Amino acid sequence: MLSQILYALPFLAQGFAVTLWVSLLVVVLSLIAGVALGVGLVYGPAPVRWAVRIFSDTIRGIPILVLMFFVYYGLPAAGLHLQSFWAAVLALTLFKTAQVVEYVRGAVGSIPKGQSEAAMAIGLTFRQRLTSVIFPQALRRFLPPWINGVTDAVKGSALVSLLGITDLMQAINQVIGRTYEAMPLYILGALIYFAVNYALSYASRRLERRFAFIRD
Amino acid sequence: MGYALNFNLIWRHFDKLWGGLLLSLELAVISIAIGIVIGLVLAVWYVSAGRVVRGIIAAYVEFIRNVPLILLVYLVFYGVPTVVDLAYDAPTSFVLTLSVYSGAYLVEVFRSGLEAVPRGQLDAGKAIGLTPWQRLVHVRLPTMLRITLPALSNTFISLFKDTSIASVISVPELTYGAQWINFNTFRIVEVYLVTTAMYLVTGYTLLFGLRLVERRFRAAR
Amino acid sequence: MATSSNDTTALLDIAGVSKAFGSVEVLRAVSLKVDKGEVVTVIGPSGSGKTTLLRCVNFLESYDSGSIRIDGKEVGFREAGARQRRSERDLAAMRAETGMVFQSFNLFPHLTAAGNIMLGLTKVRGKSKAEARQIAEHWLGRVGLAHKAESLPAELSGGQQQRVGIARAVAMEPKILLLDEITSALDPELVGEVLAVVRSLAEDGMTMVMVTHEMAFARDASSRIVFMADGGVSAVGPPKEILAQETTNERLRSFLARFRASHF
Repeated sequence: MLSQILYALPFLAQGFAVTLWVSLLVVVLSLIAGVALGVGLVYGPAPVRWAVRIFSDTIRGIPILVLMFFVYYGLPAAGLHLQSFWAAVLALTLFKTAQVVEYVRGAVGSIPKGQSEAAMAIGLTFRQRLTSVIFPQALRRFLPPWINGVTDAVKGSALVSLLGITDLMQAINQVIGRTYEAMPLYILGALIYFAVNYALSYASRRLERRFAFIRD
Repeated sequence: MGYALNFNLIWRHFDKLWGGLLLSLELAVISIAIGIVIGLVLAVWYVSAGRVVRGIIAAYVEFIRNVPLILLVYLVFYGVPTVVDLAYDAPTSFVLTLSVYSGAYLVEVFRSGLEAVPRGQLDAGKAIGLTPWQRLVHVRLPTMLRITLPALSNTFISLFKDTSIASVISVPELTYGAQWINFNTFRIVEVYLVTTAMYLVTGYTLLFGLRLVERRFRAAR
Repeated sequence: MATSSNDTTALLDIAGVSKAFGSVEVLRAVSLKVDKGEVVTVIGPSGSGKTTLLRCVNFLESYDSGSIRIDGKEVGFREAGARQRRSERDLAAMRAETGMVFQSFNLFPHLTAAGNIMLGLTKVRGKSKAEARQIAEHWLGRVGLAHKAESLPAELSGGQQQRVGIARAVAMEPKILLLDEITSALDPELVGEVLAVVRSLAEDGMTMVMVTHEMAFARDASSRIVFMADGGVSAVGPPKEILAQETTNERLRSFLARFRASHF
């Protein structure tokens, strides 16, 4: 059994690299999209606010798996042919973007109105108010849930195995297919996911505690 | 482009989706019910237990919360029967998994709720001579429930959505029904539009209902 | 109206400004002129529209009709053609010409006392960091907080925070300083230090419009008092004249009576 696991390790490592790569892409892309849409949700004109609200509530209202199948099978029907890898990244990014939008709304929304007004009063433009006054303050409310939410991207990435992408989950299934050592491999896989995600949630908690000492 | 929407085939196989939705709800309700029992017992135990028990409960919570559900589903369905002499069908296996999974999330919800119960309330309970058990049942749990209701509602909705993972071990719930129609009719966009709508309507109806319950609880205070 | 002038060179010219929140009229055709170097205090019962009027002057609030001009320039709307809100950039530039001090201080909690003052100087006035730093230190010295330059707002008392708030506003060299109940959120023993700063600014000739409940201050330090009631200017004039009107102005009398009952 041990020898079989040792034999499987390089293969699992490759899958793990794909898992990390997918997660990284999703986290970075959703951060950009989510902050942009989140700012639109808080400060945008009514049509923008509505559009972002509907987007976020819809995405958050359906299972990630359904979202992923919809994107993967639906895009070709719409004339868009993406590799399964990119379809998976797109679907997970949509899911994660909706999350980031809510983090941004929560963080930016927690800044008292007086801060914007004081910034206006000294003549800062909208962009300057965001970058110099609002974002620096919102950051410490945004960071802990966001880092903790990265675990959702890592966990969600396990679903890309269903589109035939050889991530950690798929690698595990393939090794089991060859070795018939199901239980040890699933446990090994679970421990790998656990290690990554626990580190992230631990970092998030540490950060939250550190920020808690900074008074408003 | 050139893809023309045609829902006829979807309606012809709609029983796959409707039956799937009912099964999704059934899976969710049973798992959540078991999860609530796990969560309550462990949370109450946790707040009064010593270090070792706390450590074990925390390990369970942290492990489950940091591993993808799909892996747990595989592990219970394909893995466990290879080491334990147990035989169960896919739906049972999934309910088992989701129960343990939801239990971990609910321990966390209940635990933070219990810790948020104001000290003064417990002292008041002591002052009128309630036994520890009476204090738990009549003071702590009701207060905790009111505090945790919003978080509880969100967890329930999230667990309902998680039932879609059951499709990977061929449990014929809603996502499985959608995939079946997808593969057998190729009306891809239509079937996922309808499925999305079904998840949204069900999820938001549940959420709306739970919010009503929350409001009633708040009013009853 | 001894010191008020009717010529068009008034620094601040509020003419017939009205504003409603839904069906509630908060400002009814308010007109007021303030000359350079004047200190005008605005008093009146809560809900009389005094804070709203002040917030219209730097366009934190829009107004429905009338005009507000600073140095002859319309504040919130474009000069020509139909009434059209100024662009975001224009508004920012207009607002930089007025300074505002808030009731709740509104210091930026992530910046030090000096950082609070430097932000507008670097971002809006385009000054170098070093130059902004010098100006910040100068003004912190003026408000008696030279030693607190590196303190975060959370480390300062309310009175100290408000003095930084004042320094932040005046460091921008505004044409006019707007003070919105700046001592209302302070413990009574901290009010004096803040008012002393305002007094010294007045002596330097800073033009100020100040909404306040500090009657003694209004009486002693202002060139004119504006008494507002129900969204309109009920009386305006030098302190002595206004306080003498107590016998003839029913609203003023009841305001002052209630005021004395609750404050003394």
